[in-house]
Amino acid sequence: MMLTREKKYEAKDFKSAQVVRWCPGCGDFAVLSSLYKAMAELGTPPHQTAVISGIGCSSRLPYYMNTYGFHTIHGRGAAIATGVKLANPELSVWLSTGDGDCLAIGGNHFIHAVRRNIDINIILMNNKIYGLTKGQYSPTSDRGFVSKSSPFGTVEGPFSTAELTLGARGSFFARTIDVDIKNTVDVFVAADKHKGTSVVEILLNCVIFNDGIYNKVIGKEWKAEKTIFLRHGEKMLFGKEQNKGIVLDGLSLKVAELDQDEMAISRVLVHDATCKDSTLQTMLAKMDGEELPMALGIIRQVEELTYDQEMQKTIAEEQKKNPTRRLQDFLMSGDIWEVK
Amino acid sequence: MLKETRIKELEEVVIRFSGDSGDGMQLAGNIFSNLSAVFGNEILTFPDYPAEIRAPHGTLSGVSGFQVHLGSKKIHTPGDKADVLVAMNPAALKVNAAFLNPHAIVIIDSDSFEKKDLEKAQFTTDDPFKELGLRSIQVISTPISSICKATLDSSENKQALRSRNIFALGLICWLFNRPLKIAQQMLEAKFATKPKILEANLQILEAGLNYGSNTHASVSTYRVETIDIEKGFYRDINGNTATAYGLIAAAEKTGLELFLGSYPITPATDIMHELAARKELGVKVMQAEDEIAGICAAIGASFAGDLAVTTTSGPGLALKGEAIGLAVMAELPLVIVNVQRGGPSTGMPTKSEQTDLMQALYGRNGESPLVVIAAVSPTDCFDAAYWACKLALEHMTPVILLTDGYIANGSSAWKIPDLETYPSINPQYVDPQAEDWTPYQRNAETLVRSWAVPGMENFTHRIGGLEKDYKTGVISSDSENHQLMVKTRQDKIDNIAEFIPPQEIFGDADADLLLIGWGGTFGHLFEAAEKIRALGYKLAFSHFKFICPLPSNSIELIAKHKHVLVAEQNSGQFANYLRGKIPGLNPLQFNRIKGQPFVVARLMEEIIKILDDKK
Repeated sequence: MMLTREKKYEAKDFKSAQVVRWCPGCGDFAVLSSLYKAMAELGTPPHQTAVISGIGCSSRLPYYMNTYGFHTIHGRGAAIATGVKLANPELSVWLSTGDGDCLAIGGNHFIHAVRRNIDINIILMNNKIYGLTKGQYSPTSDRGFVSKSSPFGTVEGPFSTAELTLGARGSFFARTIDVDIKNTVDVFVAADKHKGTSVVEILLNCVIFNDGIYNKVIGKEWKAEKTIFLRHGEKMLFGKEQNKGIVLDGLSLKVAELDQDEMAISRVLVHDATCKDSTLQTMLAKMDGEELPMALGIIRQVEELTYDQEMQKTIAEEQKKNPTRRLQDFLMSGDIWEVK
Repeated sequence: MLKETRIKELEEVVIRFSGDSGDGMQLAGNIFSNLSAVFGNEILTFPDYPAEIRAPHGTLSGVSGFQVHLGSKKIHTPGDKADVLVAMNPAALKVNAAFLNPHAIVIIDSDSFEKKDLEKAQFTTDDPFKELGLRSIQVISTPISSICKATLDSSENKQALRSRNIFALGLICWLFNRPLKIAQQMLEAKFATKPKILEANLQILEAGLNYGSNTHASVSTYRVETIDIEKGFYRDINGNTATAYGLIAAAEKTGLELFLGSYPITPATDIMHELAARKELGVKVMQAEDEIAGICAAIGASFAGDLAVTTTSGPGLALKGEAIGLAVMAELPLVIVNVQRGGPSTGMPTKSEQTDLMQALYGRNGESPLVVIAAVSPTDCFDAAYWACKLALEHMTPVILLTDGYIANGSSAWKIPDLETYPSINPQYVDPQAEDWTPYQRNAETLVRSWAVPGMENFTHRIGGLEKDYKTGVISSDSENHQLMVKTRQDKIDNIAEFIPPQEIFGDADADLLLIGWGGTFGHLFEAAEKIRALGYKLAFSHFKFICPLPSNSIELIAKHKHVLVAEQNSGQFANYLRGKIPGLNPLQFNRIKGQPFVVARLMEEIIKILDDKK
């Protein structure tokens, strides 16, 4: 984005006059704040930005943006955002969504947006719960999860956002934590600069219906040991003392304790987000904080053709070959006859 | 023998090509209708094909047909009963037996009327004609397969059998005194890249014509004379293609890019095919992952400033209902084309009905009024699509355009219009100088909100499916405000009655009986009305294209008549709609839901009975 900017923006330029109405302590506040900052850094004017959403707590976000915004219907945000981008590829288009909106009712639109690689940014706030309908399990809730609609625990397994994205041949996937504003801003900036569908999964806390659901992974006492922040080109190290590394053991990933094995450092993997083959990235994305630390940061970022640019290109190429521009001229060509 | 051939001159004739769905009947029919149009005949065609791509060979479910109605005067329907039937197998004969004129000519391939073929078509005797009660028809029994094989080299037996349709075409050209030149040119164009197939087809076409003139059994041959029609340039067009062109014309007139979000569904898909091919005219087509994504992408494109359209058929309209509600609530321009087919559920995908009227008018949650227009003929699809776009853009509303399988696939000669003469389309864009603007400020007279398109500086705003405050446009669940907004959205649609052409009446304006129709049945109703009036009866006829709102003079026009008869291809949806609009109105009804177009003779019978009863 080497655009010459006529004026710099500040976070407040992206803030609307609406009173923000999420529950106090909701992770959505942090995401909103990160988004203001990322947009200011990106420098695309508010009127060149469109924020689309479906239904749910996360989908209230467009109201709080001083951009063009469209709060639509449940699950369909990805399809609507696709139409916005196709109509005007100059716009920076964002989709604000959640685990229910995007992966349950909107699952089909999500995977197809990702497959087409339409140049939009999907912010997927995953709190593993339905908040706006007051506490039912979601497609990312763990098996056995007890909720109002599963009083005896769920008997179905969850989706992994990352696996779904990469399985749909996604070109960009990142994962961050709601309250980690610094990294979330960086990831949002990278997502917008990426040409194609960028999926950013945010591990988000719902204080009312699912408080602390990620605590055992990202809680203060756990985070260093249970997560790893991946950066392209850097060794995969984690732990309080950065004394652990991810290595390949046969066809599986393993944690190497560097203190116990000095040679292990040479075997620690270097993160390559740009590798087109997504096999290793998928393995990294599947690490869940149990045996292996959960991966954060940009896990995959590869260049692929985008749907919006290809659609423009096909039209331009056809127009190069065929000089007809007006319907009248088209109608007067081909199989016609004259009655005199 | 040649001398004995009598040439019968007819004003009009109906020809039906029928065979297995793989027999190429659509191609033979198409070529014949096109060459007749070039010849100067009025034409109307009606393809009738099975839902299966290739049903089991020779079975009743696999029969595919193509009907051509030729005439030397204005033709309004593809005709009720065939004067000539080409039946490539016993199944084709059986399926079409009920649609033959008593003295029709039936051309059969005798090679495919063997015992096993008759069994496949569930005949129980070896005389299919007798079994079907076809006594007075004239049969031209021709060993088409054998002749085709004999015409070509023996190494080309397979191709010979594939060209049976072309042989039949040659025979029909003989029957109607058509020179082969135009048919040859059409085949040359079609098989330009396949010289071997072209050569075989040209040989067989000639063999068909020669067979007719050499052996022609003693049948009457027809000559349908060239006629005087309005001067100008013409092309053959079907309703789906006309719809596609009407949408392009409107986008061009408005200076907007045209966006289609759609999912394939019979019988609407050809609109998408045509638009996808028009890249040189800048049309953007997205084949979505489902019906819902199709309309949602269109809504997104509309929000971002395109002329946005989605196309579908009944089941797809059901899926789109929630999204249409969003467009109603957000007040965005959107055109939804519904090519009606037989329902409910999957119903009869390749057959035609008018059973989606109520779905179009009311098939959404909440009070969600919108505009409904119904095209009345294949060529009218162009104008109807243009109007749908004009009203959507100028009144910031979704518009449902209803066509049906019959007019969508039926074709006729179309005088290419001068697009300069079409009315301008002026969306109410936000005034760039406007201050203190809010997204739901309305034009005091039309109640239309102004359109601010993403990218415009100083007009960033948020809209959505939640109820909003009448003044500020900010989300609101205030009860008084909701009532006001519900009423405002309805009034906005009702006001559109002032912006559409008044309802017209044909025939005797002072007649006691008013015949009412709507949408794709115009041709049949008009023809029936004209024929009845020619018999000396007084009859008024009014056909509705603008359904919601109704033209402002509609109620007055209907109230003038003592009796009203509403004829439609459903159980009375428009009749009920009118009952709701005109207190005390209790119209008579003529309802047929057979998946097939009306039959003019049957309509006449019914109307004359009413006229005689009410005397």
